[in-house]
Amino acid sequence: MQSSFQLAFLIPLLPLIGFLINGLGRNQLSKQWSGLIGAGTIMGSFLVSLFIFQSVESGNTAVVSYFDFIRIEGLRIPFAFQIDALSSLFLLIITGIGFLIHVYSISYMHEESSSSFARYFSYLNLFVFSMLLLVLGSNYVVLFIGWEGVGLCSYLLIGFWFKNQVYTKAANKAFIMNRIGDLAFLLAIFWLIIKTGSASFQEVFEFVQGNQGTSKFTATDITVVSLLLFIGATGKSAQLPLYTWLPDAMAGPTPVSALIHAATMVTAGIYMIARSNIIYSLAPFTLTLISWVGLATALLAATIALRQYDIKKVLAYSTVSQLGFMFLALGSGAYVAAVFHVLTHAFFKALLFLGSGSVIHAMGGEQDIRKMGGLSGKLKITYVTFLIGCLAIAGLPPLSGFFSKDAILLSAFLHQPLQYGIALFTAFLTAFYMFRLLFLTFHGSFRGTAEQQAHLHESPALMTIPLIVLALLSVVGGWIGIPAVLMHEADWLGSFLAPVLSSSTHEVSHATEWMLMSLSVVGVLLTIGFAWFLFRNYRERESKGLLRFFEHKWYVDELYDRLIVKPIFYLGRLLKEWVEPRFIDALVNGVGKTVQLAGRQIRFLQSGQIGSYVLLMVLAMVTVLLVQFFIRK
Amino acid sequence: MPINYYLFLAIALFSIGVVGVLTRRNAIIIFMCIELMLNAVNLLLVAFSKMHYKQAAAAAIPIANPGIDGQLFVFFIMVVAAAEVSVGLAIIVMLYRNIHSVDINFLNRLKH
Repeated sequence: MQSSFQLAFLIPLLPLIGFLINGLGRNQLSKQWSGLIGAGTIMGSFLVSLFIFQSVESGNTAVVSYFDFIRIEGLRIPFAFQIDALSSLFLLIITGIGFLIHVYSISYMHEESSSSFARYFSYLNLFVFSMLLLVLGSNYVVLFIGWEGVGLCSYLLIGFWFKNQVYTKAANKAFIMNRIGDLAFLLAIFWLIIKTGSASFQEVFEFVQGNQGTSKFTATDITVVSLLLFIGATGKSAQLPLYTWLPDAMAGPTPVSALIHAATMVTAGIYMIARSNIIYSLAPFTLTLISWVGLATALLAATIALRQYDIKKVLAYSTVSQLGFMFLALGSGAYVAAVFHVLTHAFFKALLFLGSGSVIHAMGGEQDIRKMGGLSGKLKITYVTFLIGCLAIAGLPPLSGFFSKDAILLSAFLHQPLQYGIALFTAFLTAFYMFRLLFLTFHGSFRGTAEQQAHLHESPALMTIPLIVLALLSVVGGWIGIPAVLMHEADWLGSFLAPVLSSSTHEVSHATEWMLMSLSVVGVLLTIGFAWFLFRNYRERESKGLLRFFEHKWYVDELYDRLIVKPIFYLGRLLKEWVEPRFIDALVNGVGKTVQLAGRQIRFLQSGQIGSYVLLMVLAMVTVLLVQFFIRK
Repeated sequence: MPINYYLFLAIALFSIGVVGVLTRRNAIIIFMCIELMLNAVNLLLVAFSKMHYKQAAAAAIPIANPGIDGQLFVFFIMVVAAAEVSVGLAIIVMLYRNIHSVDINFLNRLKH
């Protein structure tokens, strides 16, 4: 084993230590210290991750086993870390972006009291710990531990300002919706353990490949397991029909939205499916379903994002939409493209969220873009970095989003031209709503109050430096996966991930590829121009017809409320008011009443009259004697 | 004398004792009836002891302690009864001092 891999345990351990120190010492630590501990531990993890990444890049992989987590007859689940191309790449994303966001948080959260400041950092460290566990685990069980851990931290951080009822409800919503997916994921793990006798990736995949189609692992098993895993992923990665928690999750502090609800946690589902790509390659039905669900989510979320006025809501729906793109790629069998988009999306979406945080900070907590406008003069760094983020997400060359989105569109084109058409349209929508957001926020005239205008200021360096770093990454991040048509042998990512992800070799003529690329670039440019024409000088107007439908988020929340939430409430009330008093309470109270009643009757025997006691005693003795006399053989 | 006579006498004594305990309310008389029952048992023990010894002697079966097992029991019971009487009479004296009566029907306060 490579010696650097022996340090792998440090990667999750450091954030855990940070969590313990910040969590236990939250009433003692000053803000400087908790910020330093929070960010410093992540920095340490990042350095170790770099070290390990370097080693993986030169061709080493390993499964580092620490101890047996579960050991029973016929089943052994080790607590082990899998270090390979996929996990090392995710390690870099999580710790790298995590570190930047920790640094940003130090400044963003400075108004909190020092105890809740430390609480914030402890949650954030716990989140990073869980996320690292999730990507490092060498079996589904360790992955699931991390999976649940990130869900918990997401809940804690969405409800960070727990005194606000709306926020705690948003946190509950996120937790409950995730739970639905988690149940399916758990069932999938059980199914795999029953069928294959193991939960380790290597053993499961070897078993599945070796026994697929036989009675040990039938085609039905493959479909069921892949579907269950996918349902798990729809919960965590906010896909139809479980996506509604993510927009509400914006109740949390903005850096949390950037880290958890854009860059890392929500991509856990994509990681999990990419990790299980061997199972999925054998399940064509599930793949088709995934691609359609992803596409539908992408389109739906993009249309909703068109008419949102909360700066973070736009970004949230944009995230849902981009996650849909990633699932489209997974469904088309282009796992590398999906992971590529995870990477670039982590850069530009974290950038956009942090940029929006900077804007909110400058506006004194205002999130409504109708009350902004013309901020580009006052917030120069934020503006420029936000612009870069928008260009990247819109997919203009040579920024990162262009390459990953192009790879997804290409895979969709090869897989199913109809899907390509819809995906391309969605990509135009993406450009449109992002530039609508940009123009409404930074261009035109200021629409807020005079007080806010006087307060406008660029954020401090601790906030702008992460923005600049992320902007740089958003620009160059795509250059690791340049397709062959543009530059020969420049697809570093594809060859790096090749040992882990089965890639479908696609044959497509260079002319077609050029055509697809130019189509998307020209389309995006036209869309941006259109957005400029519409929103350069914004005036508020009542939305009508379809746009109104979009503004109300397709009434999905209302639909769920009618279909699921209300009936469950009614059922709960029925049980509470009818079933419980008549059956459960009646049974429980009945036992007590019977005993009381019996006691009241029997009490009369206990008269205190010695004569009656003696009489009873004599009668009992005589009875015993008689019984003995007659029954004895 | 046949053993039957002893048996009838013991049964008669014992029954008188039981009926006395059940029907009388005076604690001292109840006490005496208890003594009566004890002595009925004593009588039986002595009678059976004597009977067994005689039968064993007639059949020439060697017995270690000729006919005194039951009689030893009787002494034991007498000792216990004496101890019991001393405690019991003391209780009755205390009782009388408290409630100025030895009627057991007044002794039902423990149930509360």
